[in-house]
Amino acid sequence: MIYDLAVPSQLLAALLPDLTLMGGAILLLLAAAWRPESDAHQRLIGRGAMGLVVLTMGSVIATALRGATVTDGPIAMDGFRWTMDLVILLGALGTIAISTEQHVRDGIKHPESHVLVLFAASGMMILAAARDLMVIFLGIEIMSVAVYVLAGLNRRSSRAAEGALKYFLLGAFATGFLLYGMALIYGATGETRLQEIAAALIRHSLALDPMFLVGMGLLLIGLAFKVAAVPFHMWAPDVYDGAPAPIAGFMAASVKAAAFATFLRIWYETFYSVYGLWANTVAWVAILTMVVGNVVALSQTNIKRMLAYSSIVHSGYLLVAVTAGTAVASGAVTFYLLAYTLATLGAFAVVGALQPVGETDAPIASYEGLWTVRPWLAVGMAIYLLAFLGFPVFGGMGFFAKWYLLSAAIASPGRLVLLSVIVVLTSVISAGYYLSIIRAMFMKPRAADAPEIPAAGPLTRTVLVVAAVLIVALGILPGQITPLTARSGFAPHPVDPALLSIPAQP
Amino acid sequence: MNAVLQGMGYNGWILPVLLALPLLGAVTMAVQGIGARGQDTLVQMQQARRTALLFFVAEAVLSLGLWWSVDVSSLAWQGLVDLPWIPQWGIRFTVGLDGIALMLVLLTTLLMPLAVLGSWTSIRERTHSYYALLLVLTTGMLGVFMALDLVLFYVMWEVMLVPMYLIIGVWGGQRRLYASLKFFLYTMIGSLLMLVAIVWLGLLAGESTGAPTFSYDAILQMSRTTQVTGAFWLFGAFALAFAVKVPMWPFHTWLPDAHVEAPTAGSVILAAIMLKMGTFGFIRFAVPLFPEVAMHPTVRAVILALAVIGIVYGALVALVQPDVKKLVAYSSVSHLGFVMLGIFAMTVEALQGALMVTISHGISTGALFLLIGMLYERRHTRQLADFGGIAKVMPVFAVMLTIVALSSIGVPGTNGFVGEFLVLLGSFTTQPVHAVIAATSVIFAAAYLLWAVQRVIYNPLTKPENQALKGFDLNWREIGLLTPLLIGILWLGVYPKPVLQKTEAAAARLVRAVDVAVSNARRVGGQP
Repeated sequence: MIYDLAVPSQLLAALLPDLTLMGGAILLLLAAAWRPESDAHQRLIGRGAMGLVVLTMGSVIATALRGATVTDGPIAMDGFRWTMDLVILLGALGTIAISTEQHVRDGIKHPESHVLVLFAASGMMILAAARDLMVIFLGIEIMSVAVYVLAGLNRRSSRAAEGALKYFLLGAFATGFLLYGMALIYGATGETRLQEIAAALIRHSLALDPMFLVGMGLLLIGLAFKVAAVPFHMWAPDVYDGAPAPIAGFMAASVKAAAFATFLRIWYETFYSVYGLWANTVAWVAILTMVVGNVVALSQTNIKRMLAYSSIVHSGYLLVAVTAGTAVASGAVTFYLLAYTLATLGAFAVVGALQPVGETDAPIASYEGLWTVRPWLAVGMAIYLLAFLGFPVFGGMGFFAKWYLLSAAIASPGRLVLLSVIVVLTSVISAGYYLSIIRAMFMKPRAADAPEIPAAGPLTRTVLVVAAVLIVALGILPGQITPLTARSGFAPHPVDPALLSIPAQP
Repeated sequence: MNAVLQGMGYNGWILPVLLALPLLGAVTMAVQGIGARGQDTLVQMQQARRTALLFFVAEAVLSLGLWWSVDVSSLAWQGLVDLPWIPQWGIRFTVGLDGIALMLVLLTTLLMPLAVLGSWTSIRERTHSYYALLLVLTTGMLGVFMALDLVLFYVMWEVMLVPMYLIIGVWGGQRRLYASLKFFLYTMIGSLLMLVAIVWLGLLAGESTGAPTFSYDAILQMSRTTQVTGAFWLFGAFALAFAVKVPMWPFHTWLPDAHVEAPTAGSVILAAIMLKMGTFGFIRFAVPLFPEVAMHPTVRAVILALAVIGIVYGALVALVQPDVKKLVAYSSVSHLGFVMLGIFAMTVEALQGALMVTISHGISTGALFLLIGMLYERRHTRQLADFGGIAKVMPVFAVMLTIVALSSIGVPGTNGFVGEFLVLLGSFTTQPVHAVIAATSVIFAAAYLLWAVQRVIYNPLTKPENQALKGFDLNWREIGLLTPLLIGILWLGVYPKPVLQKTEAAAARLVRAVDVAVSNARRVGGQP
């Protein structure tokens, strides 16, 4: 059936998953404030939050299975939205699961941190659905404000404070760009709906209107900041470094997923008719991100900063898919983000598990000889890192994620062969730093004075095992998930061949 | 024999079973390893090596039937198994053999038990993991030789990288960290570009039907009937991946490091099997898929020149190595140059010679590394200067080393002679200059190997460490594991016909196909 969003009951049905999560989160916030802060209370709220996420996942699946669509309006109901919702919720679920245990070790007793994750997730879900610049802004703000607070969760750490402040200031600045860009686009076209803007672009031949061009550029800058693309990536290493490990994982995985969801939505639904105008720019941002991210990551000695640069690099790869501009590419993005979310959750769970209590520093040297003391942790970490690297079988899904991305890029009308070659060549650089951790874990002896590694809690272990098993299983049989991601692909539109000039790629 | 095998439906299940059995073995090793945790390392070692040997022997025995069951003259793939894997992307699980792949599969399955016996006492720590990695590695190597789907091939090609990386890096020598990383990165650069080429080819092959396909046959068909866009770059991507693996000069620098630092079994596998995946790649993929590019005068001249440089350079550098393992490593560069020369000379004799060198290098160099490993276990040095007069204290070892060295030199009557002679004979008809230069390296080979043998086992027995070796001659396990290799050396040297027969049809088919493609290209007048 086709929903008419002007009818309140149908609007509610279309927003059921989002409302479930938000309403539940508000109730949980009240529950969190009900009792004084304590580890037990924090854990309890964590359990509740996990239950709520699972419930939301159920309602996403139920709504998706109903197969309803909308033709027009500020909210999309399509495979892309549902798949991205699930990826985002998966990230949130893993994050909450790890942090209920990690918080105890870090000495963080705020139960509301889980609620903040839920609020951030609901903002992300809005981003996955939004087809209107105003709704997009709403989603970005709901997500960002919650994440700013989460970044500074560890109040006893000066680095957390530094990271959070940096993130907040730069983020506010980026939001300014974004909003200004939206305003200019509205000024140029008189519309905020994505399809209406696209139609107006064609109707009034606004492609070369300076107001529109500047607006699009500002929008690109704002979103590039959110996905941490070079040269707007500076905040990421500091913020990841200062935040507790699970939260850093949440930022690396889910925030990026949501930002890419809206990126893809805006660029494919609105700006596709002027593909020739932005393809080169986005391609160059992608190249810059891949090269700079990889090269800088090589010289990191702190694992969280290294993973931060690695997450920057993955933004670069995903931007290649954005440049491809096809339905296959958007399917590739969802598949990639799923693989990336799983690997990120696992990697940051390991980082958290190995972090000495009360310290935020996580030098790579502390991973030396991990295999001799904690073989499974080392094997798990190796799987996540090889997944980042895009290595077949051992890195499982990571390989097919890269595969999907490359085939989307090469099959696109622009035949992005050179971009694909840059993707693989920079992947070789990335082998340098991913392997350095594997090398430390497997090939170096454990230092005699290395601190004892406390046992990971049952929830963390579950996340570690589930992530590793899913990565490997879906890496051997990706056919189990490709129908889903393929259905999640949405075609860029409107496609007017006359306006679609495919430029030569760099 | 064939009737019995057919009765069992052998051809229908053997290839997947050969791929699955080592994986099953690896899982068994892992389970055993968990169970044995905390026990004495000696107990663990005994348990691990026994289980590993059991699996490898089972694998070898199972694979023997291929010798009879594979009909090498048939045009169809033998033992073909074709299952859907990722239907949405047109990726299938397709495995099959022809005469060339058959020999390499048998080489792998028969050498692996010997590699385990070679690690019998030298690997003492984390033995379960070590043997599990060897088993996974075996699946990867066999998969490379069997795969008839380009994506499956790529996956298998990469799969063996991680186990080998860990084998070198965990159980290797002094500079193992450096050597393992270098090995990994070199291989990866080449193979990732090949990945882009594979994606491109698969999409091109699917353009007519709308669904991409990575089936080897479909892509071969496409390359024969249409002009492949970007064939030059595609060939380049494939050739780079394979050239690094072979390794061709100047991409060979990872090899001496990896060989020297790897534990004995690692060196044996690297030299005997993994290098052959590079030459196999040329024969199976790079040349048949892009015959016009491969046989384009300039491209061909470059590759032939690199091959000949490799032959001479490898031999000359081997001459001055103080480390005996490094010497053998450089001799591999030289021998593999012969293989490349044979492939790109593109005559049936040369190609068959190349395959013969492939196999006999596997046997001889494998045996050399095993012998070096045995000596190293006793003396803990590989410097030629530290030895001398070993023949007086270890006579059996001396005899074995001499025979193996002679076969590596290519003395008539040993396996090494047949292959190199065929390559020279075959390439002389099309590339006389290259053949003449390459022939000189046979002399160099005699020089570096005989000189090395002299310094190891002859010369006066002056050093007390060497005198102390008295009574520590090869034991029965070591003699037992070398014997099959010696039999192979002599058998192939005297009567190579069975092997040549197996590869002849496939080699002739390839040469004919390339000739047709090249003459077609000439007739159309299109330069690639």
